[in-house]
Amino acid sequence: MAASFALMNPRIRLWLGAAVAAQMLASTHASGAMAAEAVTIRIDNFTFGPDLVTVAPGTAVTWINGDDIPHTVVSQTKQFRSKTLDTDDRYTFTFDAPGEYPYFCSLHPHMTGKVVVKPPAG
Amino acid sequence: MHDPTDSNDDPARPSRRGALECMVWAGTGLVWTLGGGLPRAMGLERALAAEASPMPFSFLQISDSHVGFNKPANPDALGTLREAVEKIRTLPQKPSFIIHTGDISHLSKDREFDDADQILRETGVPLFFVPGEHDLLDDEQGRAYLSRYGKGARGAGWYSFDQSGVHFIGLVNVVDLKAGGLGNLGAEQLDWLERDVAGLSTSTPVVVFAHIPLWTVYPEWGWGTQDGARALALLKRFGSVTVLNGHIHQIIQKVEGNVAFHTARSTAFPQPAPGSAPSPGPMKVPAGDLRRHLGIASVTLVHGNAPLAVIDSPLAG
Repeated sequence: MAASFALMNPRIRLWLGAAVAAQMLASTHASGAMAAEAVTIRIDNFTFGPDLVTVAPGTAVTWINGDDIPHTVVSQTKQFRSKTLDTDDRYTFTFDAPGEYPYFCSLHPHMTGKVVVKPPAG
Repeated sequence: MHDPTDSNDDPARPSRRGALECMVWAGTGLVWTLGGGLPRAMGLERALAAEASPMPFSFLQISDSHVGFNKPANPDALGTLREAVEKIRTLPQKPSFIIHTGDISHLSKDREFDDADQILRETGVPLFFVPGEHDLLDDEQGRAYLSRYGKGARGAGWYSFDQSGVHFIGLVNVVDLKAGGLGNLGAEQLDWLERDVAGLSTSTPVVVFAHIPLWTVYPEWGWGTQDGARALALLKRFGSVTVLNGHIHQIIQKVEGNVAFHTARSTAFPQPAPGSAPSPGPMKVPAGDLRRHLGIASVTLVHGNAPLAVIDSPLAG
């Protein structure tokens, strides 16, 4: 999987950020498309909103927890995993490779969502 | 409580004595059944007014302290835990021990566990714990909990012990949860449970406690345990099974055959009745009403002449 891991260690986050940026530039250059716009998913009332998003490769998706209860964002295929998100905490993951990325909250597993990554048509 | 010569291992052919012992415990169910399955709670005044008569054995359930929670539904969860402990200290019948059914902390921070431990210790009686999902939020997903509370436990923290002829089983159903699913016990724990109860006589009263309800309360909110029915099947042959849970921050009771289910209030904040709100998030009630929605449960086991009794006591009202 080409998807980059959003590591939490601040010492390597900078380095990784640079790597992600370089990767995004490279893919932008290759496809000739504009850089993908960031996407935000809200977590309110124990629900991911929207629970299904379709994005272009290279899109940074950010989850923001608006509940009074902590949640997590965990890939069902172990490709990404947030730390515990308390109220107003956020987590960002950049999706580089096309594919389907189902995820859930590991504390409240009835909360599920999916990110679909595919190149824009045309 | 059992007689080793009492060959009461076949539930289909209980001995008279075995049947009588079971009836004592099944009486629990009668109390609840007569209540129409509705929550049966006595005010604390009534519990306090009870004479300190010679009861052989009682224990207490406390749940969902969420120490560290400071949101509008209760800006001081530590304070209400302290109030609960004060109530415990004034009970006329000192409980033999306390079972905490999880969510000790809100975010598994050391400080939260420290604060909870310090206050709970003031009860002056032994404490038994099982984790809630809020207790496994450290980076190592449960290491902090196990290092504090897991001594002598197996796997993610399950164990059993015997007290006054009653077999107590603490189960963990908040680990390795599956997307779209409910609480989860897992094969390893179920195998252990099967072995754990294998040698017990069917007349042994069994008390099972775990964080998330072992039966399905409301799957839309995840209030149930995926493989809870498998655990209950392993306990089916026993004449009296009492299941104590937390997680849903309100009292819900039901009786099914020989099994009595009971969920306790939280000491931190209430949650809405199943399906009565857009989500199971903390329920904000007028500040003056909060303590009517928080509380503890005391369980008294009287052998021989009275049923097991669960008394839920709110912090106020």
